[in-house]
Amino acid sequence: MQYKSQAVAMPYFIAAIGLFVGQIIFGLIMGMQYVVGDFLFPEIPFNVARMVHTNLLIVWLLFGFMGAAYYMIPEESETELFSPKLALIMFWIFLVAGAATILGYLLVPYATLAEMTGNDLLATMGREFLEQPLPTKVGIVIVALAFLFNITMTSLKGRKTAISMVLLLGLWGLAIFFLFSFYNPVNLVRDKFYWWWVVHLWVEGVWELILGALLAFVLIKVTGVDREVIEKWLYVIITLALVTGIIGTGHHYYWIGAPEYWQWWGSIFSALEPLPFFAMTVFAFNMVNRRRREHPNKAAVLWALGTGVMAFLGAGVWGFLHTLAPVNYYTHGSQITAAHGHMAFYGAYVMVVLTIISYAMPILRGRAANSNKAQVLEMWSFWLMTIAMVFITLFLTAAGILQVWLQRVSDAPMSFMATQDQISLFFWMREWAGVMFFIGLLVYLVSFFVKGETQPTKA
Amino acid sequence: MSGIFTKSMARNIFYGGTVFFFLLFLALTFDTERELPSRDNSANITPQVAAGKHIWETRNCIGCHSLLGEGAYFAPELGNVYVRRGPDFIKAWMMSQPTGAPGRRQMPNFHLTDSELDELVAFLKYTSEINTANWPPNIEG
Repeated sequence: MQYKSQAVAMPYFIAAIGLFVGQIIFGLIMGMQYVVGDFLFPEIPFNVARMVHTNLLIVWLLFGFMGAAYYMIPEESETELFSPKLALIMFWIFLVAGAATILGYLLVPYATLAEMTGNDLLATMGREFLEQPLPTKVGIVIVALAFLFNITMTSLKGRKTAISMVLLLGLWGLAIFFLFSFYNPVNLVRDKFYWWWVVHLWVEGVWELILGALLAFVLIKVTGVDREVIEKWLYVIITLALVTGIIGTGHHYYWIGAPEYWQWWGSIFSALEPLPFFAMTVFAFNMVNRRRREHPNKAAVLWALGTGVMAFLGAGVWGFLHTLAPVNYYTHGSQITAAHGHMAFYGAYVMVVLTIISYAMPILRGRAANSNKAQVLEMWSFWLMTIAMVFITLFLTAAGILQVWLQRVSDAPMSFMATQDQISLFFWMREWAGVMFFIGLLVYLVSFFVKGETQPTKA
Repeated sequence: MSGIFTKSMARNIFYGGTVFFFLLFLALTFDTERELPSRDNSANITPQVAAGKHIWETRNCIGCHSLLGEGAYFAPELGNVYVRRGPDFIKAWMMSQPTGAPGRRQMPNFHLTDSELDELVAFLKYTSEINTANWPPNIEG
């Protein structure tokens, strides 16, 4: 690596991968509960498993983003990190707070946890994805501010590139929009309306800036294509992302009590949301085809290309599938939503974090790329996890179509639970695809421990 | 992209476009806030409803159920459960959990008092009267 302080990225990446494993284990538990309803009841009720599954995802992606920033910002700014020590302290605070929160979910009844942690002072808990106790939410803000201070100071004292500016903008946006998680009005409609300012403006807004910056950084490194070209693409992609995505928030406002003009605003703008992802795919393939060097890290190139394709499929195509108001009227809150959520998160955010880890981790370990043997294994894990996720998505989509038909379209609509019984075959197949994903993840872990001949880094 | 379209042009379009559409979003939000009272049933938010929402949140109901289509998809939609089942059924249902039927999905018993159950029901009644543009398509949710 070029700057000593980039090394602080390593614990962040390791923690990210560790929590990823936890996330998938709880995903398998939930998948099982979908077909064997009383599995692990009352020890781990479904709602607890789901909190752990989704919160671990968010936390490990944040670890990945922070690790990526600590790795990228010194190199982009051509200077050492402002304070590597602060970065390490924040790492431990975030890890301990995250672990304590997960243990709290698992060991303490949620209502007791709420009482113990001051939820009566300021009620913020019990809303999807924002289930964290108040001290955890405050902790996230503190860690985020210290992190932003650290990388902003680094950037200010060094070279300012488009990539680092876009990354900083995305990360600042992430912290700012998280503040809406502290706003929980009694009025349910208003509660839901601003809840999306965290959730939607994260994943279909500022996170796309982070995604674009990470992808652009890795593509510059592995293809050797001129920075001017790549950064121009980056701006085009994030322009498309925000121009469509901000008003696209409206696709969440169709049926929650907001004015009905949102059906028009939301449908039209979110119908355009696949565009930035399509551009991203074209971008990744174009840059790799125009490469000026053969980077020894083939696995990182594969992850980068995969991110483009899977983000387009998961976020773009599967998002479009149910985003138009007349379609969404029937699919809202069905397994179609679950199908889209899985592939979009995997394709966009999981894969881009694995891309930067794949590129940076060998360098952090003192080599330009892993041995051929290790890379082959990593590429196996890429295909196993990615194909498994395609199957998970297809099975959930099939389940969703049947669910919508039986429960909402049919002349004699079935009850929710009767419908669930009818589609359990697809839930079983989803669970098996989940097992395949887990095997892919284990192969991924093993790839870190495979030795073999490697080239040392040049710098 | 040819040489005519430069990086600084792309950057300016990004900043200009983002600011424009964010301001448009704020304007729409402002208008939404103005229109909400006619749709959101907030006139019927009583202290009992507020207490019910607090119970809804602190029992993490959203971890299994959906409410106006948002949440988890493991258990039935509850935005219209007040209309579908009525207050007495909801209270009896909550008190009889878990069913313990082998292989069936299980709901924990939250040991709510009678007045807490009334609060929760009041919250679900208030929710069912929000104008949701006629969603869900039928009573099954």
